[in-house]
Amino acid sequence: MIGLQHYLTVSAILFVTGVFGIFLNRKNLIIILMAIELILLSVNINLVAFSAFLHDLVGQVFAMFVLTVAAGEAAIGLAILVIYFRGRGTISVDDVNRMKG
Amino acid sequence: MIVPLVFLPLLAAIVAGLGNRAIGNVAAKVITTGCLFASCALAWPIFLGFLSGSDTAHVVKVLSFISSGDLQVDWALRVDTLTAVMLVVVTSVSSLVHLYSWGYMSEDPSQPRFFAYLSLFTFAMLMLVTSDNLIQMFFGWEGVGLASYLLIGFWYEKPSAQAAAIKAFVVNRVGDFGFSLGIFGTFLVFGTVSIPAILAASPGMAGASIGFLGGRVDVMTLLCLLLFVGAMGKSAQLGLHVWLPDAMEGPTPVSALIHAATMVTAGVFMVCRLSPMFEVSPTALTVVTYVGAATALFAATVGTVQTDIKRVIAYSTCSQLGYMFFAAGVGAYNTAMFHLFTHAFFKALLFLGAGSVIHAMHHEQDMRFYGGLRKSIPLTFWAMMAGTLAITGVGIEEVFGFAGFYSKDAIIEAAYARGTTAGGIAYFVGISAALLTSFYSWRLVYLTFFGEPRWAASEHIQHAMHDAHGHGHDDHGAHHDAPDEGAGAEPHAHDPGAEHVAHGTAGYHPHESPIVMLIPLIVLSIGAIFAGFVFAPAFIGEGAEAFWQGSLHLNEHLIHAMHGIPELAKLMPSIVMILGLLIATWAYMLDRSIPGRFVSTFGGLYKFLLNKWYFDELYDLIFVRPAFALGRLLWKRGDQGTIDRFGPNGAAALVQMTSVASRKLQSGYVYTYALVMLLGLAAAATWAMAI
Repeated sequence: MIGLQHYLTVSAILFVTGVFGIFLNRKNLIIILMAIELILLSVNINLVAFSAFLHDLVGQVFAMFVLTVAAGEAAIGLAILVIYFRGRGTISVDDVNRMKG
Repeated sequence: MIVPLVFLPLLAAIVAGLGNRAIGNVAAKVITTGCLFASCALAWPIFLGFLSGSDTAHVVKVLSFISSGDLQVDWALRVDTLTAVMLVVVTSVSSLVHLYSWGYMSEDPSQPRFFAYLSLFTFAMLMLVTSDNLIQMFFGWEGVGLASYLLIGFWYEKPSAQAAAIKAFVVNRVGDFGFSLGIFGTFLVFGTVSIPAILAASPGMAGASIGFLGGRVDVMTLLCLLLFVGAMGKSAQLGLHVWLPDAMEGPTPVSALIHAATMVTAGVFMVCRLSPMFEVSPTALTVVTYVGAATALFAATVGTVQTDIKRVIAYSTCSQLGYMFFAAGVGAYNTAMFHLFTHAFFKALLFLGAGSVIHAMHHEQDMRFYGGLRKSIPLTFWAMMAGTLAITGVGIEEVFGFAGFYSKDAIIEAAYARGTTAGGIAYFVGISAALLTSFYSWRLVYLTFFGEPRWAASEHIQHAMHDAHGHGHDDHGAHHDAPDEGAGAEPHAHDPGAEHVAHGTAGYHPHESPIVMLIPLIVLSIGAIFAGFVFAPAFIGEGAEAFWQGSLHLNEHLIHAMHGIPELAKLMPSIVMILGLLIATWAYMLDRSIPGRFVSTFGGLYKFLLNKWYFDELYDLIFVRPAFALGRLLWKRGDQGTIDRFGPNGAAALVQMTSVASRKLQSGYVYTYALVMLLGLAAAATWAMAI
């Protein structure tokens, strides 16, 4: 029987994968965007799992919101990325350090 | 009449000082000299009024100065006999020095400044001598100190002049500290700073005591000694005399006016002005006597070996001031004032004469390079002779004598007549110093005006000869290494390079000074010759009481006792004067190898005197170097090592270190920020859950 713990475990694994995807990644920015998507999805799994477990629909409604925001975020992130590539000719993470103090 | 007398010099100083280059040399000279002569013309009637007895003491209030509780101080001009004497001395010498400076300073680029300083000095001195209270006296006291500082350092491009100016200022601070303590103490004890009130209350304070430095001391002795410390500083008495010889770095007219005739006598004036106060404390008077006697002897011994013409006269001044102080110390205040009066004329004359010689010799001041100037500058020679006859006290009882004959001999007689131990010591010191005075004065005359010319070895003269126009006057800084030989040993005799030049003149012809420099010499010569003869009856004779009108303490019995002293004691000053003349003639005219032989026989003594009893070295060791060491310690360890290190510099360094460290955190990589954010979040969550 698949219980709440399993969902939460999957969610946690996804979250950690996403987090590590952000700061272990040295390749390019698209992977960071993907990692963010992973984190958001892990949150969604959490929300849906708890919604089912607690018999409360609010969690699922929230998950729908998160999906919308994630879509928007991906769109904007990719747009920035394209612009950035046009300007600098690279999207390698190691080259993106203009905020250096 | 007294108000314009005092304030005209101030006006002149302001106009010449602020106008400076805008009004030009001639205007500055005319304004300052004109104002001074006007002051002088106003001063003499006042003096003559007191001399004839038609004038009486009065006070003219000018302005209210301080009004705070018990402390009431006015700007007031007090006119009495004592002031009148000082007024004529100050204004006469000052106006003549102004005139003299027309010639002496004619090639100086900043003449308005010079004349403004001179006038400012005169104003401050007049404020000092007319003061009715101690605060105004202190104002004048500091004013003359300031003017003296400015004028010693007048040639400020010369490091030695700057050093001398600072030395004069610092040494005077020591004296002024005592003086100001004396004023504070006087106010504490008497509740007033008004001089007449203090003098009236002084006898009532006899025997009273006051707590001082943890003990009980006699209040009048303490006050008098504190005030006397001030007088010692200003009048260059032994211990605080070190600044006066160095002050000769200033232009010669300044030496004549400030460091011979007027400012340095301010201490004597102050003691005489406060004489009823000093009379209350026999201890203080004894100290004054000993200090004065010690100075008279000390300065005279040093004066005998100096080779710089101005330094000889400077030590002579120091010595004569010693005479004035021990005269005051034995109670003969009127005699002290009389010597001050005559000394002002003949010492100003000697200085201005020396200035004329220096002018003729292209700023050569070393007497070893003079010689034979008698024929080249005859008027200067006769003026210097008048001064020398006056200072050595030439004269015949009941007939006629030069100025010093009356005043200096009267001081020595007063010391004898006093009858105390201190008086006896002062008498013998006075006799010894008179012998030395005669010796060094005639030595100066012989070295300068007689003998063969020895100018060739002088770098100033060589410089003048090499210069096509012969103008080496603005080269004040040039100094040569004078041969280190016995006083008066002729340098050219040991200098083969100079032998082939005919008579050692190097072809140089000294020129007599311009007329503006000769007029003051002539006027002062008249003063030096007749001042004693004419004014002795009023100052120290039968008319003394009517003349002084109680403006200083007059010891009637001392005046009478002076008539009753033995003939031999009376003749001693004249005997030693002739003795000194004979020794000087023998050593510097007849057998010129004597000074050299003396030096090789008594080398130690000679060195001791030449180095002025090692006072400068002693002070350097005791005060100057520890002060520097302390200053360096506080600077390096205290200020830089502690306050700066942990204060501003420490704070700045800390901020810098922190920013360097935090800058490293700003890598600019997104993933680093994400990691930090995550860690922060985890830490915050942990913290939130832990609570």
